[in-house]
Amino acid sequence: MEYAIIFLPLIGAFLSGFFGKSIDDKYCAILTSTLVAISGILSLFVFYEVLTHDYSSNKLIYNWISSGDFKANWSIKIDPLTSVMLVVVSVISSIIHFYSIGYMDHDQHKPRFMAYLSLFTFAMLTLVTADNFLQLFFGWEGVGLCSYLLIGFWYKKPAANAAAIKAFIVNRVGDFGFAIGIFLIFFFFGTVNYNEVFQQVPLLAQKSIIFLGIEFNLITLICLLLFVGSMGKSAQILLHTWLPDAMEGPTPVSALIHAATMVTAGVFLVVRCSPIFEYSQVALNVVALVGMITAFFAATVALVQNDIKKIIAYSTCSQLGYMFFAAGIGAYHVAIFHLFTHAFFKALLFLGSGCVIHSFNEEQDIRSMGGVWKKIPYTYTLMVIGTLALTGFPFLSGYYSKEAIIEFSYFKGSTIGYYAVAVGIITALITALYSWRLIFKTFHGRYNNKKNNLSSIQESSLTMLIPSSLLAVGAIITGAILKEIFIGENTNFWNNSILFLQSIHHDHLPLWLLIITPIIIIIAIPTAYYLFIKNEKILRNFVLKNQVLYNFLVNKWYFDELYNFIFVEPIKKIGLFFWKKGDINTIDRYGPEGLSKLVKVLSDKAVNFQNGYLYHYAFVMLVGFSVLLTYLILVK
Amino acid sequence: MIEIGLGHYLTLAAIIFIIGVIGIFLNRKNVIIILMSIELILLAVNINLVSFSIYLQDLVGQIFTMFILTVAAAEAAVGLAIIVIYYKNKGSIHVEQISSLKG
Repeated sequence: MEYAIIFLPLIGAFLSGFFGKSIDDKYCAILTSTLVAISGILSLFVFYEVLTHDYSSNKLIYNWISSGDFKANWSIKIDPLTSVMLVVVSVISSIIHFYSIGYMDHDQHKPRFMAYLSLFTFAMLTLVTADNFLQLFFGWEGVGLCSYLLIGFWYKKPAANAAAIKAFIVNRVGDFGFAIGIFLIFFFFGTVNYNEVFQQVPLLAQKSIIFLGIEFNLITLICLLLFVGSMGKSAQILLHTWLPDAMEGPTPVSALIHAATMVTAGVFLVVRCSPIFEYSQVALNVVALVGMITAFFAATVALVQNDIKKIIAYSTCSQLGYMFFAAGIGAYHVAIFHLFTHAFFKALLFLGSGCVIHSFNEEQDIRSMGGVWKKIPYTYTLMVIGTLALTGFPFLSGYYSKEAIIEFSYFKGSTIGYYAVAVGIITALITALYSWRLIFKTFHGRYNNKKNNLSSIQESSLTMLIPSSLLAVGAIITGAILKEIFIGENTNFWNNSILFLQSIHHDHLPLWLLIITPIIIIIAIPTAYYLFIKNEKILRNFVLKNQVLYNFLVNKWYFDELYNFIFVEPIKKIGLFFWKKGDINTIDRYGPEGLSKLVKVLSDKAVNFQNGYLYHYAFVMLVGFSVLLTYLILVK
Repeated sequence: MIEIGLGHYLTLAAIIFIIGVIGIFLNRKNVIIILMSIELILLAVNINLVSFSIYLQDLVGQIFTMFILTVAAAEAAVGLAIIVIYYKNKGSIHVEQISSLKG
């Protein structure tokens, strides 16, 4: 069964990728979708088994590498954490496969698209079922590759190619840290298998090493390096710049890879390595801090963006920040819970925005939308459900997980915990504001689109609406159903897959904390309506008065400009120097080109001898003969 | 009176030889002159052979000269025949225009 879960998507990718031309486009899409859907159903079954029978297993596929002491298997490890991730990945992936049938209907390269999607699913499943760091790294790079391929899917669009390259390169920075982390683990633990590493962690907890001339605690250093990898993949601040640009890809890709699954791999890594992180308070604090900054930063930026997908992308970034600071304060299970619910409502939001974009005929700017909620009621409903869930409206899924994050931060009781509470609440407010701004600007107010007639706006096809509705159901109910199982007080669900050195006490929660977030986010709805639709003047005046702040936000805190200035431009200059001066002007000039030029000049000269006049030949023969003769006579 | 010796003969032969060679190079007009120049070179060689034959009191040189004369006559005939054919084909035996060997 586990084999089927992993390999069905791969088979689908293989068939669709290599034989897509000979199979019809439509069958290709249906085939891959079905295979992934079977894998999704099996994952649900595995999850159920884990839930009811504490099922766990570690199936070997084969001995991947065996070299001296270094052994790494390719295997399928099933434990509670993995089973949760399996559900997230394969269920959402199959829904999005079906959605893509509708969304990519008019695209010429449907088989290629489906092949990439399935390949991505396979890589992601390999990542979550790994039982050692090396296989994890394989999956990690696999999803990175698929992300690159899918962002650049419309390869004729220069912006898409640039975004794909950016995503790949920024991830390289993170992966570099991740790889060093794995090297360190192997160097000091002598193995990369989770179980063996985790067992040895307590023994090496006090060891310190010198790295780059600074003395570090070994465990802290490993954790920080692993976390650098997480930051790259999960678009945390400093390495987040690729995620908004990645929205150049098709919308299903944004939903699957850049919202629901791949970007949460970083969170998964931190949670998976909880037995290591637990021994380093410093690393945990760094994780929490980075998470908080990202949550706040991305939310503020989302407030002023105008591209519908970019807003949701920054929102993803911000929610990932939530997950990280949940993990950072030691509430790993809450992080995973939020990951789970987030996967549903964020994928829903993306699919909804895909429907909107389709309805508006490829328009993405929310300033050119508005007033269409009566024309596309289903899409509108879906988006509103997604938004409610995202903002944490009571009794939808986001409410339970976000509330839990704030609660656990409070229970944690440390300074960083209280900071987390504050950041969590403020960010929740901003989240509500920008999410409702998105809804109101898109669906309410005046109709602002000049390219399309209002009458041409119509609902998307059923192949897009039905999968989205499934996600909507997920976004509504997952929180309520899974709360007790995932983060309930006496839950045994996680078994050994997550380690808590000191478990966080469930104390009595003050009433104000319990109700403050729901109140804030409910108040935010009319506020947003008032600010963005009813009375735009207030906002416009505010923007005019605070131009600096506004520009700061619109330009995403100037991160791209900063990176351009610090990294991109100098490297470009160095590259240009080596290319123009080094390569073209030195090596080529005196190397291959110089030689060929020399040969050409000489041969041009030599050709002059071959003028075809017999008497010249005779003359040369004679001169040659006399020279030879003279030589022979003189020498003799 | 100066006695005519080997040196004189050889000088004469050398002069004829040089005339032949220069005839080949400086001739810009027609192929027959080249043929004549080659003939001159051969004759110069013959003079050498005969004079050495007398000087060394050895008849072989003179016999050899006879052979060379025969062969030269045949060669001249072949050469002229080629020229005739060439003229028929190209309509000219101008040396300047014979350059189909040009690379």
